[in-house]
Amino acid sequence: MTAKPTFRLQGTDLSCIRDDRILFEGLSFELVSGQVLLLEGKNGSGKTSLLRILCGFREPDAGQVLWCGEAIDDSQYYADMAYVGHLDGVKKELTVLENLKVSLALGQSGQYSIQQALNKVHLTDYDEVLVQALSAGQKRRLSLARLLITKNSVWILDEPFTSLDKQGIALIETLMSEHCASGGMIVLTSHHDIELHDVAVQRINLS
Amino acid sequence: MSLSHAFFAIIRRDLVLALRRRSEIANPLLFFILVITLFPLGIGAQPHLLQAIAPGIIWVSALLAAMLSLDSLFRSDFDDGSLEQILLSSHPASILVLGKIIAHWLVTGLPLLIVAPLLAIFLGMPTHSLGILLLTLLLGTPVLSLIGAIGVALTVGLRRGGMILSLLVLPLYVPVLIFASNAVEIAGTGLPVDAQINILISILLMALVLAPWPTAAALKMSIN
Repeated sequence: MTAKPTFRLQGTDLSCIRDDRILFEGLSFELVSGQVLLLEGKNGSGKTSLLRILCGFREPDAGQVLWCGEAIDDSQYYADMAYVGHLDGVKKELTVLENLKVSLALGQSGQYSIQQALNKVHLTDYDEVLVQALSAGQKRRLSLARLLITKNSVWILDEPFTSLDKQGIALIETLMSEHCASGGMIVLTSHHDIELHDVAVQRINLS
Repeated sequence: MSLSHAFFAIIRRDLVLALRRRSEIANPLLFFILVITLFPLGIGAQPHLLQAIAPGIIWVSALLAAMLSLDSLFRSDFDDGSLEQILLSSHPASILVLGKIIAHWLVTGLPLLIVAPLLAIFLGMPTHSLGILLLTLLLGTPVLSLIGAIGVALTVGLRRGGMILSLLVLPLYVPVLIFASNAVEIAGTGLPVDAQINILISILLMALVLAPWPTAAALKMSIN
């Protein structure tokens, strides 16, 4: 068996201030390949802000995010990271296939082809359907399919289970376990209690 | 995938989107045609006056039509989260943004070029200045899209950015307006216009090189 590359995502002494309110301060964590970081906390406790800091959309008010020991802006981080946020990030006037082709063009091709990814998220035969004809849960699965077709090792997911049914949730949990088993790591927020087998889950409670 | 692949994928995506949302192409074009056709009605039977102000009318209308179309440049991508995905790409954001601006120009600027000669004849512009009119539009309208993109990128996060956008962008459009309409006017008299055209070329090249960076930076600020 070949050795899997190991990656390390670190946050050191992070703090976030919003409208003169301290959301969190002195927050540190370290995440390596194969692990999941679950952010918990009540609404407005800064979960999404922390995710956006990890995406590089927002500068932390103090502290640093490091990728394999380097600041994320100086490293290969963006080529290794994929984000699915509150917004699905798919165009409703394009078909499922066209949306995924654009995502693929923006990244590097990954483990699965577009067809395989659609099979995985149970959207086979939807490739020529306009996204505006999909249900909310199907759109969510489509935006998660983006994670499968591009090369990445960190998934940053903001409430990935929103508008998914039970099978959808189970499906995403399976995909997450597979991703961790193949050396990836995941940072996510969720109100839903996640059940992952054989995966080390770290929890940070922001409240 | 390679950068050029991503660049063309963005252009293709925006062109397909524009084809599926035709009002986006039609609105600025319709505005351009309407404003120009209203002038003869407002001025009355004074063909010489109309002929004299024709370059100005066409260029002011083109400028306002370009401004009208600006908001659509990043709005829908901002609202549905596609912009986040574009900025997260490992490719340089400024190049991808340039792709979006080019697609936007192809959709909103190029149609103006196609109808402009017809409207120019309608206003009684001498036929020998039509070539120069087209040339100024070809050089000038991309500048309007490029400079406008910086303004939209700064205001896309605001709920009512329209007013600020015009205040930000209009002063920067003025040099293009002055040199372009002057070139068309001088061309009508038969004098050479190389100087104005060269200045427009240099403005275009400068905007092409300098505009995508601040646009990408402003977009990053806006999605925060």
